[in-house]
Amino acid sequence: MRTRGAERLLGRGGRRMADAALFEFLHTEMVAELWAQDPDPGPGGQKMSLSVLEGMGFRVGQALGERLPRETLAFREELDVLKFLCKDVWAAVFQKQMDSLRTNHQGTYVLQDNSFPLLIRMASGLQYLEEAPKFLAFTCGLLRGTLSTLGIKSLVTASVAALPACKFQVVIQRS
Amino acid sequence: MAVCVAVIAKENYPLYIRSVPTENELKFHYMVHTSLDVVDEKISAMGKALVDQRELYLGLLYPTEDYKLRRYGYVTNSKVKFVMVVDSSNTALRDNEIRSMFRKLHNSYTDVMCNPFYNPGDRIQSRAFDGMVTSMMIQVC
Repeated sequence: MRTRGAERLLGRGGRRMADAALFEFLHTEMVAELWAQDPDPGPGGQKMSLSVLEGMGFRVGQALGERLPRETLAFREELDVLKFLCKDVWAAVFQKQMDSLRTNHQGTYVLQDNSFPLLIRMASGLQYLEEAPKFLAFTCGLLRGTLSTLGIKSLVTASVAALPACKFQVVIQRS
Repeated sequence: MAVCVAVIAKENYPLYIRSVPTENELKFHYMVHTSLDVVDEKISAMGKALVDQRELYLGLLYPTEDYKLRRYGYVTNSKVKFVMVVDSSNTALRDNEIRSMFRKLHNSYTDVMCNPFYNPGDRIQSRAFDGMVTSMMIQVC
């Protein structure tokens, strides 16, 4: 099922709109389901369900990282890979590009999306701010998975200041 | 006609290696192993060259004294390498045909990667992949 979905997202024009809505609904249900599994979350509980979501995103990102870059060995350096993430991966999954990419040139990148499609239906402002991180876990995993296939070990975290704008922070782990 | 096809992971261990059954399969394994150095050399050479676009297809890896068995290489964006040993005694295979064989390999490998039952890093056991490689080994045109 994942293979077919990825192929469609990659560009058979007319089918795109339904795919985006399907993915949003599926994602919402995933978060609701994997969150509800822990009815009595202790201090460690909250993190547990988010790591399942992140793990799922990681595996999807690995597959995406294999399927999306095509035909040319285009990545000369890390910055190229991050640009690829911001443009091609984001466009394939969310039908829009990342709004801004900043770096300190020492392995930390901040990707900012001002109207993140998975948050845009929820609120516009400060309502539901505590619930927002749950909806970003899958995407953090997706970024980490794609980076891992392209040869970069990283740690991805997300933060929300005001819906629907969010920031993903990518820290490259050099061993 | 391909006599040996190998898929090597980023960390240089084989994910899949299959050769035409002969009495001396170890020879093919050895050939693939020695080709890895050449592949690495080509990749790093490409990295240093100031070319805008680097190719995935690496071409004939190195000329050998044994004119019949030639080794071709291909590397993906995720640094997974494909090495193919081709027996060119019957027909002279053109570059385009080798490229299309590698493209089919790449597409099948991508499908394997997207399979949720496959863990990246494991040996490839997909029957679909096997079938595609068999079709390349039996007949190439």
